[in-house]
Amino acid sequence: MTLSRRTVLVAPALALPAILRVSAAHAAAAVRIGAIFPLTGAMASAGDAIRSGVELLVDLINTANPNLAPIPLMATAGLPRLGGAKVEIVFADGQNSPAVAQSDALRLITQQHVVALTGAYQSGNTLTASAVSERYGIPFVNGESVATNLTTRGYKWFFRTTPIGPDIAKLYLDFLASVQKSGMKTSKIALVHDTSEYGVSVADTIKKAAAERKTPVALDVAYTNGTSDVSAQVLKLKQAAPDAAIFISYTSDAILFMKTMHVQNYKPPILIGDDSGFSDPSFITTVGSLAQGVLDRSAFVPGKPGSNAAKINALYKKKTGRELDDTTARSMTGLLVLCDAINRAGSTKPDAIRAALGATDLMPAQLFIGYKGIKFNAQGQNILASALMVQLDGTEYQAVWPSDQASAKLVLPFKGWT
Amino acid sequence: MILVQLVADGLLLGAVYALLSSGLTLIWGMMNVVNFAHGDFVMLAMYIAFVAVTFLHVGPAVFVPLAALMLFGLGVGVYFALIRHVMRGPMLAQILSTFGLGILLRYMVFWVFSANFVSLPNRMAGGVLAIAGLRLQDSRLLAGLMALLLTVGLHLMLTRTAFGSRLLAVAEDRTAAMLVGIRPDAMQALAWGIGAACAGVAGALIALFFYISPLVGDSLVLIAFVTVCLGGFGSIPGALVAGLAIGVIESLSAWFIGAAWQDVVVFALFLLALWLRPQGLMGKA
Repeated sequence: MTLSRRTVLVAPALALPAILRVSAAHAAAAVRIGAIFPLTGAMASAGDAIRSGVELLVDLINTANPNLAPIPLMATAGLPRLGGAKVEIVFADGQNSPAVAQSDALRLITQQHVVALTGAYQSGNTLTASAVSERYGIPFVNGESVATNLTTRGYKWFFRTTPIGPDIAKLYLDFLASVQKSGMKTSKIALVHDTSEYGVSVADTIKKAAAERKTPVALDVAYTNGTSDVSAQVLKLKQAAPDAAIFISYTSDAILFMKTMHVQNYKPPILIGDDSGFSDPSFITTVGSLAQGVLDRSAFVPGKPGSNAAKINALYKKKTGRELDDTTARSMTGLLVLCDAINRAGSTKPDAIRAALGATDLMPAQLFIGYKGIKFNAQGQNILASALMVQLDGTEYQAVWPSDQASAKLVLPFKGWT
Repeated sequence: MILVQLVADGLLLGAVYALLSSGLTLIWGMMNVVNFAHGDFVMLAMYIAFVAVTFLHVGPAVFVPLAALMLFGLGVGVYFALIRHVMRGPMLAQILSTFGLGILLRYMVFWVFSANFVSLPNRMAGGVLAIAGLRLQDSRLLAGLMALLLTVGLHLMLTRTAFGSRLLAVAEDRTAAMLVGIRPDAMQALAWGIGAACAGVAGALIALFFYISPLVGDSLVLIAFVTVCLGGFGSIPGALVAGLAIGVIESLSAWFIGAAWQDVVVFALFLLALWLRPQGLMGKA
């Protein structure tokens, strides 16, 4: 046989799958988990922050960190019940597209053979990705998507740790009622939201809850995500002059709203930004100086030195140079719960993991986030999820309500810029 | 009063669309090539402004010409490295090559600057001009003024100068232009340079009041394509009129019908306009 140039080029390529199989067999002990997040596209700034958090958490799980002992899996290296197996994350980029997230899930399950999935940030992406895992019978733990309908689909394989629509609506309305008691009018509420799965779902839930309390939402401003101008929307708010405006917006729109409100010199007396866009670290670096006193919900507050939250925050800051944001902390918590369940299952079989997830019962002391614990109901929703109100002061959000958990005093009306 | 403010906001937004489409129209009109990387050219200019402000601490008087100059160089470079070759290929190759160039540019920026949103210091957006109850942002007025100047300038250049005649001659008939001693390559490279420089001016000015991210071109430029089409392919005054019209329609429909529906209104009217006048508002039949 003569060696042609083609043979020389093709032969190693043919051998490649075999080589890959060998190396895969060598690392068989690793537990592979698929993680779908928006790593590129319009939501990539949030996805980037989450990716760093996920990497940090996996590093901590895979090494022994006795100083973080109350948190599950921290004291030992790897998953002890699986012979110290390491956790390996296979990232997939869901972009800003439910269709891409769906094919990511399919690829991770059928080709990467992940034992479970986590992600996928945007509620719309989580909706499609989890439909795939449900079909294949692969556990999916979501830590950050809040659209209510995700856990009302009767799914068997979907679990969610974050507080969701109704919890959020209750938090905001309770907060506004408490502010009203202190003498500031809060009955006229305006909602500003995009037309994404997330925006519509959360807005509808708040509207319903407000109507039940006989304080119906006075103004509802819907817009398309990624819009080039929001002048008319801000004029509408200015004209209606609500007591409180609640924004349910992703990052780019949240930035644009703050800039436009500055131009129109409009400040609602109470401005609540619903997490996502407002908790994105780049919201603070771009328009933080125009958004002083903006209120936000958060489940994560760094807290006192020595607390789990403070330690994890310090490690995250060391890795990225940024404070750990609420969304990233919630995503990390979702992944932690998944890894803890796999460990307790002592197996990577889907049924065993699912049973272990169903039996999850974590206490606040075991978490680095402010939930009252983690325990799933039959729909897979964490019934102990909770959040509190935080307020932007300088470049950091401080807990301001409920007052027994506050680290700073609530300052109203909304200050904005100076 | 609200109505006046809405129309004023719409006109200022429309001026931004006109500014965004000026360079696009020029390249489209001169060469029948649609530059799908235009939005990414604008995005690059925004990052040039950001870098200039962050590291050199300069103002718009410096970074706008700087962005124009750098984008001019990029435009000429892109012409010689890419466009000149794909012009000989099928139409699809032209479309995909600029599309691919756009993706290459945004991911290069993504790599260097990460996906995080950045913004020029908010004080750079300038003050707000408050007259008779109207509130108009200085930087948007500046962008509007520049859109007007660019439109008039480009129009005069094409219709009143020997250089413009040469450009048009090459656009009309490349071979005939060569016969009378015009070098088509040089002309078309200059057209690309000027088109990209317009994107540079647009991006640098818009950076004053908009956020900056690797994908910002997507948010801004889709409407610019509609603007060019509605104005009439290659008609520079047409793009200005169309841009202003779209801005006002968006602003009014966001107020009266709802912002979630403004795109529906714009595109419905756009289709209607094309149905009545397929060559665009000011295009040649």
